[in-house]
Amino acid sequence: MLGEGLLKGLAETARNFAGSFVSEERLTTVQYPEERVAPIENTRDFPFLVYDGDDWHAGMRCVACQICEKECPPKCIYIEKSKDKKPDFTGKPQIYPARFDIDISVCMSCQICVEVCPFEAIKMDTEFELSTTDRFGGLLLDKKQLSRSNEHYHKIHPTEAAEVDARLAEEKAKAEAKAKAAAAAKAAAPVAAPAKPAAEAGKPAAAPKPEGPAASPQKAAENKPESPAKAEQGGASGS
Amino acid sequence: MSNVGLQAEATAASGREEGWNRPRTLTPEGELLEVAMGPHHPSTHGVFRMDVALDGERVIRLKPVFGYLHRNHEKLAEGMAYLASMPFTDRLDYICSLTNNWAYALAVEKLVGQEVPERAQYLRVILAELTRIVNHASSVGFLIQEMGASGTPLMYAFREREKILDLFESLTGARMMCNYMRFGGCRVDASAAWLDATRKVVAGLPRFADEFENLLCTNEILMARCQGIGILRPELAVNAGVTGPLLRASGVNYDIRKVDRYGIYDRFRFRVPLGDHWDVYDRFMVRLLELRESIGILEQALKEIPAGPIMDAKAKLRGFRPKAGEAYGRIEAPKGELGFYLISDGGPNPYRYRVRPPSLINLTILEDMCLGEHLADVVLIFGSVDIVLGEVDR
Repeated sequence: MLGEGLLKGLAETARNFAGSFVSEERLTTVQYPEERVAPIENTRDFPFLVYDGDDWHAGMRCVACQICEKECPPKCIYIEKSKDKKPDFTGKPQIYPARFDIDISVCMSCQICVEVCPFEAIKMDTEFELSTTDRFGGLLLDKKQLSRSNEHYHKIHPTEAAEVDARLAEEKAKAEAKAKAAAAAKAAAPVAAPAKPAAEAGKPAAAPKPEGPAASPQKAAENKPESPAKAEQGGASGS
Repeated sequence: MSNVGLQAEATAASGREEGWNRPRTLTPEGELLEVAMGPHHPSTHGVFRMDVALDGERVIRLKPVFGYLHRNHEKLAEGMAYLASMPFTDRLDYICSLTNNWAYALAVEKLVGQEVPERAQYLRVILAELTRIVNHASSVGFLIQEMGASGTPLMYAFREREKILDLFESLTGARMMCNYMRFGGCRVDASAAWLDATRKVVAGLPRFADEFENLLCTNEILMARCQGIGILRPELAVNAGVTGPLLRASGVNYDIRKVDRYGIYDRFRFRVPLGDHWDVYDRFMVRLLELRESIGILEQALKEIPAGPIMDAKAKLRGFRPKAGEAYGRIEAPKGELGFYLISDGGPNPYRYRVRPPSLINLTILEDMCLGEHLADVVLIFGSVDIVLGEVDR
């Protein structure tokens, strides 16, 4: 019969139309911005720089090795190394970025900077409401604007952040053990090497430094129990 | 200008007397009307222009004009590391980023002789078939949209697409620009929860396919618009290098999943739907049937997926320098044969990087399919080719 196919199709649309009044799962849209869908944990959009502790500058993990700058496919990262050094999370003096800019109007959110970073310093954010009225300066973020705390990282990517913290704690423990062994070796043989006191002078200074980083594993330990609660909070405020 | 002159001009423009899709019975009278459809015609799937010469409503000449979206992809890739091209491949056919990833990864893996672990192979198959479902559902939706059914079928397709994109997002971090595959495996492992969620979505897909078929397949208007137009003869299709659903709708049994058996496609049972009328309706039906076959492959893959690593232990992320040589990796992307041809001179960048885009090569027979058809059908024929301009222009 002519029109049978049409009627069959109409029955299908009618079923969908009526179904949307009955079944919740047929309602596929939400009224953004009043309503929002629950955030998905692995979501990524633009990179940020992670710092430990409260001071974004002192705690910044980035050591300006410029690997991300080199590997970035659209070349949206710009780094200048510092002249001086500051202690990193294991207490070792490290160069830090004097300048770290990301032009997020160029960034294509590919996550390659995150993958190649050996220091777990750059991670992907989930903040997507970034529109600005300043089209030149507004999307060129400097290192202060890019800095986010480790707590923020735990909030947006809890599983991944916990893994990263575990890895860093392990690395730090290794570094501490190494420093301790070096200190012990030095204490054991102070007479054997009297010829280079200048070189040794640096080491005792490095040995006490671990107290700075010693604060950070505690922090990491604190973070872990906290993070599920935070994730819940995040979810509640998001929805 | 006399009628004879015009006719001669029209024949000369098409470049051939024989090999036409249909016998030409037209005798243009008076001047031809030249219409530039695009680059912003709503029916064009992006910035694409068709310079059409019309005799009344009939198409006498059609010249596709593209290049508006040219991004210099191939030359850019020659200047950057192998890994850095991976996110750019997402942007070729931006509806099917994961199959693009796979084709590129396959080419590089061939170049360096890299093995891929079992679990990664399964994940690739699962993601590629999900991508195929996304592509076919939305391309059918767009085709119907071009027929004037604005909204409903496309939104039904997008509703399913949304579920699949959510899966992509929770696994790869992005909905469309996934950048997921790596040389020697995949970037992140799928959790058990993700696999369960995928099983749930896949379980709902047959219902969607039924619904879609009920909605469209026997619709009289659709049949009247689609059947018998845009005929593509198998000989022409083969000679023009057409691949994908377009070729199979012309009745040629050629599916690279069956021919090459790349990855682990030899382990799955699936059929290759073929058309026997070679028209727009066949292309539409072939896509719907392939969608069903993809659901079958997904069910098998999700049942069999083993535990294990997702990256080969020997795979390197940085400092990637393949030995001098060349490789061509090709896969059956949703739109056809997607190939990447790489020449390495031993450096960190490819010496030559070439994409064989299915969209571009399928587009070459557009004129042959459109000659003698109504202008209104040109839009439909163009839609049935299923292209993405990101891939045509690169």
